[in-house]
This record gives sequence, C-alpha cells and structure tokens, in this order.
Amino acid sequence: MEPLLKVRNLTIRYRSELTQREAVRRVSFDVAQGEVLGVMGESGCGKTSLGLALLGLLPREHAEVSGSVMFRGDDMLTMKETSLQKIRGAGISMVYQEPGIALSPVMRVGTQISEIVHAHRPWSWKKCRAEAHSMLARVGLTPTERIFSAYPHQLSGGQLQRVLLVQALICEPALVIADEPTASLDARSQSDLIALLRELKQGLRISLLLISHTPEIQASLADRLIVMKDGEIVEEGRFDQMYWSPVHDYTKTLLRRDRPATDENFEHAPVAQEHVAR
Amino acid sequence: MRYVTQRFLHAALLLIAVSFFSFALLQLAPGDFFDAMRLNPQISRQTIGTLRSEYGLDKPLPIRYERWLRSVLKGQMGFSLASNSPVAPLLRERARNTLLLSGAATALAWLLALPIGIWAAVKRGGWADRACGLATSTILAVPDLLLFLALLLLAVRTGWFPTGGMASAGVDDLDRWGKVKDVAFHLAPPALGLALATMPVLIRHIRSSMIDALESPFLRAARGHGVPRARLVLRYALPAASNPLISLFGFSVATMLSASALAEVILSWPGLGPLLVESILSRDVFVVVAIVMLSSVFLVAGNLIADLLLFASDPRIRTE
Amino acid sequence: MNTRPWRKNMSLDDEKILNVGSGKQFGPEHAEALVRIEHLSKKYVQRRPLTRTEFAVRALEDANLTIRRGTTLALVGESGAGKSTLGRCLALLEAPDSGEIWFDGKNLPRLSRRELFPMHRQIQLIFQDPTSALNPGMTAEEIIAEPLAIHREGTKAQRRERARELMEQVGLPASLERKRPLEFSGGQRQRLAIARSLALEPKLLVLDEALSSLDLLNQELILKLLADLQRIHSLTYLHISHDLRLVSQFADEVAVMHEGRIVEQQPASELFTRPLNSYTQELLAAMPSLESICAGRLA
Repeated sequence: MEPLLKVRNLTIRYRSELTQREAVRRVSFDVAQGEVLGVMGESGCGKTSLGLALLGLLPREHAEVSGSVMFRGDDMLTMKETSLQKIRGAGISMVYQEPGIALSPVMRVGTQISEIVHAHRPWSWKKCRAEAHSMLARVGLTPTERIFSAYPHQLSGGQLQRVLLVQALICEPALVIADEPTASLDARSQSDLIALLRELKQGLRISLLLISHTPEIQASLADRLIVMKDGEIVEEGRFDQMYWSPVHDYTKTLLRRDRPATDENFEHAPVAQEHVAR
Repeated sequence: MRYVTQRFLHAALLLIAVSFFSFALLQLAPGDFFDAMRLNPQISRQTIGTLRSEYGLDKPLPIRYERWLRSVLKGQMGFSLASNSPVAPLLRERARNTLLLSGAATALAWLLALPIGIWAAVKRGGWADRACGLATSTILAVPDLLLFLALLLLAVRTGWFPTGGMASAGVDDLDRWGKVKDVAFHLAPPALGLALATMPVLIRHIRSSMIDALESPFLRAARGHGVPRARLVLRYALPAASNPLISLFGFSVATMLSASALAEVILSWPGLGPLLVESILSRDVFVVVAIVMLSSVFLVAGNLIADLLLFASDPRIRTE
Repeated sequence: MNTRPWRKNMSLDDEKILNVGSGKQFGPEHAEALVRIEHLSKKYVQRRPLTRTEFAVRALEDANLTIRRGTTLALVGESGAGKSTLGRCLALLEAPDSGEIWFDGKNLPRLSRRELFPMHRQIQLIFQDPTSALNPGMTAEEIIAEPLAIHREGTKAQRRERARELMEQVGLPASLERKRPLEFSGGQRQRLAIARSLALEPKLLVLDEALSSLDLLNQELILKLLADLQRIHSLTYLHISHDLRLVSQFADEVAVMHEGRIVEQQPASELFTRPLNSYTQELLAAMPSLESICAGRLA
C-alpha cells in the first residue's frame, strides 16, 4: 500500500546575513497509514524544523527547503499557498511544542478552536462552537464552558497543551505531527493522552509523526522509530528491533539501553539483571 | 469598575490643573485688554482704571481665579471683554464646528490609514510597501502649513470646493439634504488637509504593529491549522496589534486638535482656532482660558475613551 | 544518577523497599523545618463582563507543607493543581489570600515592605524557561552580577570576580562571560540562571519546573550540579515538578498536591513504596517503567 507520507532527501538550510546552517540534511522516510513513526534526538537535532518544514511553515526568507514531501501523491514543497491551506489542519496537522506562544493572547481559547473548524467545514459558527465543546470534553478539559471562554493566560500549562491537541485533532486529519506533546503533562494526563492517541490510531487509522525525546512515550506508541543527530538520521527501524538490539551508541543512550535495568520484578527482558547499589 | 472611576478622577484633576496653569500664565503675560485703549489719548486714565476695577482686573490672581471658577460653575465661563457677553454662548457654535471638523478628519484619517497600513504590512518588503513608505515620508516632511495652503490653492484654482466658511450665501433656501451637501463641500478641504497631515504617523504605527503580529508564533500556528489568509490578518493579527493602536488613537485626538487650529485659520473654517487667535491678540483673557480648557476637555476625553477601549479589548489588562 | 523505574500494579504489602529517591536518612541536622506553610489559600477569578459570568479558580485551598533544612522537597501534582502558585507565594512574587508562610521564624505575608526586602536574598526562584528569565541584552557576567549590584554588594571589580567564581561553580567556562544568553544552549542557560540565583547566598531555592524544558541528558547533568551545590552551600530545595519519574531520582521528601491541597507528604522512599493517599496511588499506577512497557509490546 502507498505510504501516506513520503519524504525524500529533505534538506533545510537556514540563511542569515552572516552564517548558513544546515539544520536537516538529506532526510528520507515514509509514514504509512495508521502508523506511528517516532522521531528521537536531543534538542537542536532538527526535529522541530522537520515538522515545520513538512507543513511549509518555515519563512521563505530565512529557510531554504529542498527535496520532496509527497502527501497523497502531491509534493507539498511545490504546492501553492491556497492548496497548502486546505491540507493544513485537515490533512496534516501539528501539535506545537510550546502552548504558551502557539495561541493568541487576546482571543478566547474556544474561539481559536472554532476558527479551525470553520476553516475546513461548511458549517455555521454555532455548529463549529458545539464541535469545539465536544472535543474539549473528549480530552478531559471540563467544565467546557469555562475552558472555552478562557484566555490562554488563565489556563495552566497542561491545560493549554491539551487545547493544542484539540486544535490538531478536531478536523480529523490523516496525519498528526506531534512535537513533544507530553512535555507539560503530569503522569495521569500523559497516560490519558497516550490512550487517546492509541485510540485514534486504531479507531480512525490516524498516522502520527511523534517527536519526543522521552523513551517511555515512544515505547508506548511508536511502531517505527528514527533517531536524529545533528540533522541526520543515524538509525531507523521498527521500535522493538531498535530497543532490544540497538546498533548506534547514540540510540542506546536515548533509549536508556546503555545502563542496566534495575527493576527486580522484571523477568521478561533478555538483559542481565544487576542491582546497582547506592 | 475601579479602573474606570480611577480614570475619571484623573481626568477631573487634570482639568483643574490645566485651568489653573493657563489662567495663571495668561495673567502673567504683560498687558491686558485695555492696552489698546491706553494708546488712545482721548480716554483718560481714570476711565481705564474704573473699567479695570469693574471687570475685576485689578484684583490679585487667586481672587480672580476663584471668581472665574464660580463663573464656570454657573455655566458662563467668564466674560468676554471684546464681545461684551459671557464667554459660553460665544463658544458653543465655534466648539461645535471644531468638533465637526476634528471628528470628520479623525474618521477620514483612520479609515484611510487602517487599510493602507494593514496592506503595507501584509506586503512588507515588496515594491508596494516601499512606495507607500516613500509617500508617507514625503507627506510627513511637508509642513502642515504648506499642506493647507496647497489645498486652498487647489480649491481656488479648480473650483471643486468652496474656499472658506461653512456655508454658502443662499444656504437657507436649500432643503435639508442640500444644506448637508453644502456643509460637506465646505468641510472637505480642511478635513482632507488635516487627515493628510496626520495619516503618515498613523500608517507607520499601524504597519509596524501589524508586522509584529503577523510574524508572531501564534499566527504561524494558526496558519499551520489552515486558517485562511484573510481571517489570519483581520481576526488574528489585527486584534493582537490593536493594543498600541488604541493608545495611538488617544494621541491622535490631541494632535488633531492642535493641527485643526491652524487649518481653521488658513482655510477660514469658523471654529475655535480663529477665535483663539483673535482673543490672544486682543488679550481677551477669559475667552482664551475657556478655549484652552475646552481643548483640554476634548483631549482628556479622547484619551479616556482610548483607555476604556483598551480595557474592553485587551483581556490581559483586566486581570487585576 | 540511576534511573528508578516504576512497577505497575505495585503491591502495597510489598516487603522489599526499593532504593528510591536520594536514599538520604534524615539526621538530627534535618529535623528543623526551614519553611512551614500553613493553611495557604489563594483563588483567581475569571470574568466575562458581558455575560456577567464568573469562574473562581481555587489555586490553593488550605495547603500545608513543611520543608526541612538542607533537604530537597519535591512538590508534585497535576498541572493546574496550584504548585506554581505555591512556589510563587513562597518566593514572594504573589500574595496569598490567607494563611501563613513561616520562613526561618518569620511569617512572610505579615512582613512590611522594608522587612521583606532582605528576604528576597534568602529565597530565590528558578523558572522553567531560562530563555525568557534572562535579559537577552546583558552578558553572562552582567546577569550574574546584577543581584549583587541591586543589593549594593562590593565594587564593580569584586562583583565581576564573584560572577566568574559562580560561573565556574555551575560548570560554565569563564571564557563565556561576555556572551549573551542567546549564544548559550538550553542547558547552559539554566546553569546561568542557577549561578545568578546563588549570587546572594540564598538559603532556599525554589525550582519551578526548572528541568522540564531540557532534554534527558541535560536534565541529568543539571541534577548532578544541583546535588553538588546543595552539599557545598547547605542549600534547601523546593522542586516543583509534574514529572514523578524525574522526581524519584533525587527527592528526599515528596509532597503531592491535588486541587489546591497537599494530600500527602512523606520521605521519598516511603511515598513511592507505601503511598497512603488514593490520589498518590493513582499517580504511581499511571507510570509504568520503560522496561515493562517494552516487554508489554512483545506480548
């Protein structure tokens, strides 16, 4: 089956008056329908630039993007703005990394969700608002009246992160790019989010490009994984393969496989059990 | 609510301070209304002295101020020596005319500056934006005086607009609509002139606020969600950019008032401007003070409206 | 630092005590409380003037907390539970509606402005985002010396010397002293913020999600730095975090916050093995270990 997203030789070069820097270098990967592809790497490795470039959001004056990004047969890098606008939010959407700055400070949160619905559906504003309310309830942001009419500075970091999630999911895109979606969430919300994402993947066959440096998140969701360092992919493959038999040293560090496991009740792993004394 | 009452209190205190200072400064200026009379050898010193005490011009400053305040509270605002009548009725019509002109000019200026500024921001860096910048710089560099004179010249040469006054000779014979049109034509040159004089500053500020908003992360995020261009500019960028612009509105009311005095004098619009000039020259003290006070009232009112608008529009200010 | 994984479905009758937290045994020097927070309450009101509706958000509701001298207390809980509010009240950035904050024998909310000024030296706050907490127009050395300048300590040369000292202490080479924050990496910026907070020799450091914006590698490095600094300067830490997993690596004591209240406060080893409160138990149950997740995948 044709992959949903085909990225070939994607290169992002940032240009300023004094310097030039290749943030991403000849990166290629596929995302199949209903698949979760994890992207791991430390900050500065190009993960976020990658996500933004896929949606054509990098400013043309500063960033040069080359290669090809095929989504449903069309190359997004050569598409016109009007065609891109239709895909963004409804075909491919993004959950941004920092909720504090991804929302307008002078608009109510609910309005910022309804606008997205209105942009992609021929519905009345009333229906768009109702849809926003129902989605807020689904991610556990209740009472929805209060959250809907709140401004960003009146909500906590975790609540804002969930609002971003609502924005990304509300038009049921085929692919969601999630940039550190669990960064501000506590354990309970994290596991709720993971469950929600899993449900979307299985129920609606939504694909997920999951950018996260937390191995527990990747372990809970990713089918395949790519590891990036300094703008390049250093290792890729099925998650299980990479976890149990990592090749690259960097992969081992990221997946915490460079130190022995310390959980005594853990019997299934084919790894030596060593109780590390303090 | 506390914010609103605070603002009103500030405004009231400000007005009292202004009235006192303008009164005091005027009295400190050498000479008085009767200077012209003194030059006339036929009028004796005694007559002048009597006249002076009749009008209270020989009393010390605080007493004069107090008497004036009482007159203000009675609604008379002092006494015009030149017209031999209380000041208030003289001002009424003139004030109305000035408000009409300033209001029309402000509305015109903003109605034109907003779309131009927004468009320049959206097309930033392109040739259209640069042409706009050149035009605004040029108009900014031309002194207001020249602008008004140029409009006067235009009116005289082309005959499109009347060259002065507020109404034509046969105006009472016209019907309602005719009267309105007549006033509009008379209003056009000074209003256009004033609008042109104030627009460059407005356009620049609007453009830069909009650019800030258009380059902000939340706008990029909304764009990433597929919100169409027009809504991004009007529904996302403009409200975010409006905070400094509302303050600018308050400020533009002030500049409009001072510029309007000049426009009124040159283009013969019967507002407070010409009256002010006359009264200063003839040392008609109370008229001058009254006009200054009135201007202050307009100014303070303009800023008060701006403050209230800001309170209503920016949720961050509301969090006490 | 060793990673302590969490077991799903941990039995409460478990006899084995996992080696959790810092493993520090509380000695007599720790018995004394540096900070005692009692019945702290604060609420925020969210208004919609046109529809006359009002939502009251109870950030803190009768919260009680004790921080022992020289230890690290981790304050955990859901985001939006009021942890940051408590930290800000303690760091004197906000005033509570009611309640007491006893610091070194003084009740902070009751102090006058003059009495409060020296308190700022003793309690310092480190924020989640170092980039916005540092003035981008100042050099590293200026940033660290600024608190000294505000409190008029020493001459300019002495302040510069101290700034250099502090930079070394946090692991930043002195050659970077003239660089601006934007030229540093995320981890380095946080070190800079820590150096600045140490300038006035505080007794208490409040870290509000200070590690959340760092990647795993940097988190470990900063934690090690903080542990060293605590030993050298006898510092007390209040570490606010939503990440229980992270907290399990270094906390001496843990306090759990839920809807504005502290529902449990215990030494780390006790809390993670024998949580008393049902909410705490729920939180722990939601955190399976990496190994168990991966094993679960194969099944």
